[in-house]
Amino acid sequence: MLSRAANSIYWMSRYLERADNISRFIDVNMHLMLDLGIHHGNDHWNALVRTSGDDESFAERYKNATEANVIKFLTFDETNPNSILSCIRNARENARTVREIISSEMWEMLNELYHYVNTNSRKRRIADLEGFYLHIRKMNHLFVGLAENSFSHGEGWHFIRIGQLLERADKTVRILDVKYFLLLPSVDYVDSPLDTIEWAAVLKSATAFEMYRKRFHRANFHDVTDFLIFDNEFPRSVAFCLRQALASLQEVAHMHGEPSKALEQVKQLDGWLKNHSIDDVWKIGLHEFIDDFQTRNNAIDQAVFESFFAFRDA
Amino acid sequence: MDFDNYNTNGFHDELFEPNGKPRKAALPIIEQINAMGGKELRRRQKAAEMALYQLGATFNVYGDKRGAEKILPFDIIPRVVEAQEWDVLERGLKQRIHALNLFIDDIYNDKKILKDKIIPEEMILSSQCYLPQCEGLKPPKGVWIHITGTDFVRGGDGVFYVLEDNLRCPSGISYVLQNRAMMKRTLPGAFEEMMVRPVSNYSDYLYDTLQYVANDGVKKPNVIVLTPGIYNSAYFEHAYLAQQMGVTLAQGSDLVVKDYNVYLRTTKGLEKVDVIYRRIDDEFLDPQVFRKDSYLGVPGIMECYRRGNVTLANAPGTGIADDKAIYAYVPEIIKYYLGEEPIIPNVPTYICERESDRKYVLENLDKLVVKAVNLSGGYGMLIGPKSTAAERKEFAALIKKNPRDYIAQPTLALSRTPTIIGNKIAGRHVDFRPYILYGKDIFVLPGGLTRVALIKDSLVVNSSQGGGSKDTWVLGTEPRGAI
Repeated sequence: MLSRAANSIYWMSRYLERADNISRFIDVNMHLMLDLGIHHGNDHWNALVRTSGDDESFAERYKNATEANVIKFLTFDETNPNSILSCIRNARENARTVREIISSEMWEMLNELYHYVNTNSRKRRIADLEGFYLHIRKMNHLFVGLAENSFSHGEGWHFIRIGQLLERADKTVRILDVKYFLLLPSVDYVDSPLDTIEWAAVLKSATAFEMYRKRFHRANFHDVTDFLIFDNEFPRSVAFCLRQALASLQEVAHMHGEPSKALEQVKQLDGWLKNHSIDDVWKIGLHEFIDDFQTRNNAIDQAVFESFFAFRDA
Repeated sequence: MDFDNYNTNGFHDELFEPNGKPRKAALPIIEQINAMGGKELRRRQKAAEMALYQLGATFNVYGDKRGAEKILPFDIIPRVVEAQEWDVLERGLKQRIHALNLFIDDIYNDKKILKDKIIPEEMILSSQCYLPQCEGLKPPKGVWIHITGTDFVRGGDGVFYVLEDNLRCPSGISYVLQNRAMMKRTLPGAFEEMMVRPVSNYSDYLYDTLQYVANDGVKKPNVIVLTPGIYNSAYFEHAYLAQQMGVTLAQGSDLVVKDYNVYLRTTKGLEKVDVIYRRIDDEFLDPQVFRKDSYLGVPGIMECYRRGNVTLANAPGTGIADDKAIYAYVPEIIKYYLGEEPIIPNVPTYICERESDRKYVLENLDKLVVKAVNLSGGYGMLIGPKSTAAERKEFAALIKKNPRDYIAQPTLALSRTPTIIGNKIAGRHVDFRPYILYGKDIFVLPGGLTRVALIKDSLVVNSSQGGGSKDTWVLGTEPRGAI
């Protein structure tokens, strides 16, 4: 397929996954605030901005990390390239350049999602904010389902998967990193009722709460990080995302008749995860591990670009 | 809301007789709408608009930062073309396209028509649409105008006249296909009874045409569509046609020329291209040959074309026959190349370059429509009866300064057709653009784009100036299968 088209498909998928994650983060945080009470508020909303990685651009334009400001910044702020509105608009613009490649059903769903968010962005007030975020995620799920069932599982489909999985792994470690920083365990806090609630919220941010319960039952930071990084079966764990991305890159390599640089890099990272455990991560330090992981994940993104999207004069 | 108070106001009406009775051929759809009631009709109109919106068949509202988008207004009351009328149009279009293709080939090669003084040579050489870079070109299979969308208007006399030939990859076919798909959902009842002829297989014909015109020796031609990109107002159509044919939609930057061949830049490396349905204007096609500042095109593509390594559809240079002064000669062109009388008439045209014509035009500006010869889309136009004295003065000066750039035509009482306007059905002026493909044979799609001037009494059907569109039902004489 055209290099440009592959690039657009990859970014369409990344942006949608990003919007899905942000929408869930906000929703979970709103619920968390109900449990924690108002006096904890701004720390948590501030943490959410850091999760998006856009704390500097937030500070430039907003005075305080109040719920209203953060929600506005992360949802409708058009000057924030990672707001939900910007992400969905970018996803749609990318889809527009490949609308003849993806199925009409996918395009129409994405188009509907864009109009839904854009129309709401013009409203002075949204009566049911929770319903709004829920609807975004539902439509995103429909899109992903349509990609699964109305689009041939060829090269383009694999780029959808690769974009989605790399973005997802990135978001999963980010939420861990920020929450860990916020909840930096002090001895008397660990396993207190509040601690449990906070870690449950982290799980919910990755829709992992119920699946986690089946394996570990009680929420504590050791097991939560283990689950979100190493679980082999949960579709948002880092290990799972990388293994699936690896599978797609292998399929693409098979189609092209040669392995790519991106494939080699994912293979390395996947290999590391296979040979280590959460205790190794703690030895390195969670934050240091996450920092290193993000550097490698960004390098993979760059390698995907160089391997497939940049022009190769063959 | 129904047709009970509908008045043709003395205009030729596409669905009603002058005495106010429905035309026999249109009766089933009129009865269906009458029986439905206004509320239901409006509901269906709204549903169709919503569906088009969700389909993304939209254009951006200029200057709206918040990304407001609009659909091209769509009216669900179809325009009907009866079978016998269509037969004449079809034969006439085949004749016209055949002759125009011979004409373009002659102009860029032997120039017999100029040597025989049928058309003054300076008329061609002075045309901005004449491209000297195309001299001596011989497109594969001899076809220059693969895809055409001829504009017709119907006058007060009920006769269809050709208004413009549009030989440079005209747009609008996607609306024909989408409008039909929409009508099958919206008013499915009358299709069978009226024996509406199908249009949905256009993409198959288009693909066949493009495959056929590949250079000899190419086994499985790689066909692509070339678009200027997503900011082009017809991008929706480019993507739609590529999707329907299942071919690659490329931008100029996706293509690269190597050893006089054109290649796509793919994830697997370079992939050779054989036929390009290009939706980029001639002048932007190749910065090495035409406009140097073009970023839309592909440097070196014309040399590949000249060497017969790639087919361009339509061929570069076809605009010469779109020049509105050359248009006036089409009846002569048909007689010259085919030895036949034209089946479909032209609108009578005064060529301002001719002194006697110019004199008449300048004396009758208030009665005529004046057009710039190389502009379309309703630009550079004076509609005499609706003009102000100042506008007429301006055009008189323009004509005197550059007579070659202007022609004039009598103002036609364009036919009207019933259209939903607010809570009423009222007559609005329409034109008609059928689409023609030239490959192995000349194929005329039985349908077309009916554009409607939604503003009362307006004769301008362009979407930029308050125009909308309708589905066009070309009727058959025998029951058919698929619609």
